[in-house]
Amino acid sequence: MTDATAPLPSSSHRAGSSSLMEYDAGTRRRNNAERRFRAYGLAAVAFGMFFLAVLAVSIIRSGTPAFTRTVVQVDFAMTQQQFDEAEKSLLKTKVYSGLFISALTAELQERGLDSTFDEAAIERLLGKVGGTIREYYKANPAKLGEPVSFSLATSSRVDGYLNGRVKRDTLQDSRFLMASDLDLVDRLEEAGIIHAEFNWPFLTGGDSGVDNPGGAGIGVSVVGSFFMMLVVLVLSLPIGVAASIYLEEFAPQNWFTDLIEINISNLAAVPSIVFGILGLAVFIQFMHLPQSAPLVGGLVLTLMTLPTIIISTRASLKSVPPSIRDAALGVGASKMQAVFHHVLPLAMPGILTGTIIGLAQALGETAPLLLIGMVGFVARGYPGGFLEGFVEPNSAMPAQIYTWAARADAAFYDKAWGGIIVLLLFLLTMNIVAIILRRRFERRW
Amino acid sequence: MNDMRPAERAVTTKDIKFECRNCDVYYGDTHAIKDVSVDVEDKTVTAFIGPSGCGKSTFLRCLNRMNDTIDIARVEGTYLLDGEDIYDKRVDPVQLRAKVGMVFQKPNPFPKSIYDNVAYGPRIHGLAKNKSQLDEIVEKSLRRAAIWEEVKDRLAAPGTGLSGGQQQRLCIARAVATEPEVLLMDEPCSALDPIATSQVEELIDELRENYSVVIVTHSMQQAARVSQKTAFFHLGSLVEFGQTGQIFTNPKDPRTESYITGRIG
Repeated sequence: MTDATAPLPSSSHRAGSSSLMEYDAGTRRRNNAERRFRAYGLAAVAFGMFFLAVLAVSIIRSGTPAFTRTVVQVDFAMTQQQFDEAEKSLLKTKVYSGLFISALTAELQERGLDSTFDEAAIERLLGKVGGTIREYYKANPAKLGEPVSFSLATSSRVDGYLNGRVKRDTLQDSRFLMASDLDLVDRLEEAGIIHAEFNWPFLTGGDSGVDNPGGAGIGVSVVGSFFMMLVVLVLSLPIGVAASIYLEEFAPQNWFTDLIEINISNLAAVPSIVFGILGLAVFIQFMHLPQSAPLVGGLVLTLMTLPTIIISTRASLKSVPPSIRDAALGVGASKMQAVFHHVLPLAMPGILTGTIIGLAQALGETAPLLLIGMVGFVARGYPGGFLEGFVEPNSAMPAQIYTWAARADAAFYDKAWGGIIVLLLFLLTMNIVAIILRRRFERRW
Repeated sequence: MNDMRPAERAVTTKDIKFECRNCDVYYGDTHAIKDVSVDVEDKTVTAFIGPSGCGKSTFLRCLNRMNDTIDIARVEGTYLLDGEDIYDKRVDPVQLRAKVGMVFQKPNPFPKSIYDNVAYGPRIHGLAKNKSQLDEIVEKSLRRAAIWEEVKDRLAAPGTGLSGGQQQRLCIARAVATEPEVLLMDEPCSALDPIATSQVEELIDELRENYSVVIVTHSMQQAARVSQKTAFFHLGSLVEFGQTGQIFTNPKDPRTESYITGRIG
């Protein structure tokens, strides 16, 4: 305590003392480094935002044509006799479209449109109308004999002409569309017979043949994806969480659990197509589950999602402070009670985040579906019921988009982009549900 | 706060609650507790003092088998609670911990309401037959922990929203709610300010009427104020164990004397 009374060394004696008002070299370097780092960070964020904006704009621009369709609207009446005759003929849809074309021709003549046209030109303008008419009358036989107003899709090229994809000066005459037909299209549009409308069949319908882009819809594959996600959620969440809880809270630390841990980490990095071939070998070839079924797709995607869920669940279990476990054990809770009453509720938001990441990954996965027959498959109709939804052949959204993108007709290109918009909306809905759930768990602190 | 006078001592000898003989604890290769033998009396406050890392907390955690949760810990020796070996194969540690409650160094209320914090133990042990009985237990426990008046109007508020001292008293209420016979306290005041500390100390003194209390503390003043018996640990060994008055006024071992006079530790 003696040095308290010793005189303080005066500042003039201290060597190298400098004013606080001046930066020394080190400070300047440090500040510059910090400024540079902030600039890098800002640049990285701006870069990311830029590409996000480009992506959003291009998706919306390319995808919107898929949501409109061009239709020909004609009042049309079919007698019972015509129906019976059509059903007896060999090329049934040809007969129906022939009837439609003559009805349209008659209407055009009645209106006195000053344009040269023949039935072949009209046929070129129309999409696959015969099948639609036939299905309508088969479903509603009572309507036979009455006039019915049909709105039927035009061919994909007319559709493309009206939304700007097909240009008059670059159009090459072919059996699909002649340049001269475009005059007729203009006339028909002026007369209000051809017009654009919102493409409900795209949202509700199934896939069509390669020659009929106008009839292609994503609805059926949305249902396929839905059933697949249901399988993934129902299997991977409980299995993943149970496995994580066991590994994190109960398993002894030894070489065996270390091995499991390494395996799980590696499985998360295995290319998804490997899971596809595993699914093909195990679920289809060995267990003889039906091909192209959402059940098999869901099982394969479950295998792929499990490591993601296990890793994130273990991380969120680990982040729960050990004092909570001590507290629970200290009042005489069993280990399981401590985990289920205290640790798990606290880890729940993290578990949900991991689950949604895993599900989003699974939703967008195409490669494994390639191997179990869900790609290239034309799913025309909805499954017959809830349980059939799991086993009846179906496609999934990314598989459907992939199929469309691979087709020759340029109109399918629009459909692919439109499908991507629907896929992103589906994903967004899933994420919103997860965020709402997470909020509710967080509110329980 | 400098009151070093030993608290009034109970002279009558009491029943022995915990009888520990030749206890050793190993953490992997580290020999953390070396041949310790201690008797904890019923309705008495026993203090474990000693420098950091001397093993007093480790030894405390042996008394309700909290060391079981640490994979690498190995416990040897005899620990008799009312004459029964708590490390016997037939003993379920969960049942033991209901009898031997614990309060931790850092207040660790569950992130639930104040009510649920206290009611949790009675619920899982089925101590209450209905809601009104549970309400009674909660109120009684909070009263015993001297926190009832402060929280009675906000039992539904989160326990984590209380101040540090209140949280620790809530943890004590939680520990006494299961009607334990022994209460282990691991440095219960180290995270508290002097006012909260004195409240908890008063509480410990009151708890002595019903429970056997074992408290680990860094503060020698605290040991002197609240305990009747004191054990001094040094480097994993029990150096001296006796009446608190004797340890603080007339230590037999020179190491004890050095520690309480501030020369080692």
